[in-house]
Amino acid sequence: MKPENYKKLASKYEPKKPVFKNCIRAFWTGGLICIIGQAVSYFFIFFFNFTEQTVGNPTVAFMIFLSMLLTGFGVYDRLGQFAGAGSAVPVTGFGNAVISAAIEHRSEGFVQGVGGNMFKLAGSVILFGVFSAFIVALIKSVF
Amino acid sequence: MIAMFFWAFVIGGLICVIGQLMMDVGKLTPGHTLSILVVAGAVLAGFDLYEPFVDFAGAGATIPITSFGNSLVAGAMSEAEKHGVVGVLTGMFEVTSSGISAAIVFGFIGAIFFKPKG
Repeated sequence: MKPENYKKLASKYEPKKPVFKNCIRAFWTGGLICIIGQAVSYFFIFFFNFTEQTVGNPTVAFMIFLSMLLTGFGVYDRLGQFAGAGSAVPVTGFGNAVISAAIEHRSEGFVQGVGGNMFKLAGSVILFGVFSAFIVALIKSVF
Repeated sequence: MIAMFFWAFVIGGLICVIGQLMMDVGKLTPGHTLSILVVAGAVLAGFDLYEPFVDFAGAGATIPITSFGNSLVAGAMSEAEKHGVVGVLTGMFEVTSSGISAAIVFGFIGAIFFKPKG
């Protein structure tokens, strides 16, 4: 049997993904994380004199701090199984990717294990973000 | 203020639904999905479409990973206005430094204090 035919046959017997249910879950968990982020933003605006435009920075840092605690206690991975993209797309998911890789590889030592593997999962986000931003900004600044 | 919370919820949730559809219907890995979303954020920033989105939805636009691409472009452009093309490289991480620094610092602290699960 050709590989293409096999793929077709296999996909016929695959359990159907509950796409609609997954989307509902992703919607409300992702939205909830953004509501927490909005509350953190207002906290920084009122107590640390940030403006609506600059408040993104401390908010992101604080959300990654929260994600460290949740990842360390094993809560974030369980949330990820339930929420799918709802927990992966917010910046806490980026933090989770870095922090879980760091924790997972600590048995190999801090230099080769933690240092070498920290960006194993999140590296591609940084690479393609930086490269595409470079191209976009280059085009914009030339024209 | 209540409206801001509402729009943060709706817009943030919708971006997550887009990611979920890319994973379920498009059959992409989470790594591919996040990379595409970051690139989308950078391209939107290139057309000046992301900033109005932040004004309107607040954390609903700054918390999803798409804002990472937007902030990279914003940092590069603000330096490029001062120093020309060279500023594209020197300003790249100007706005996003807090996210990357936080991930590195808290990742290391996490690795010191927490033991791997499972």
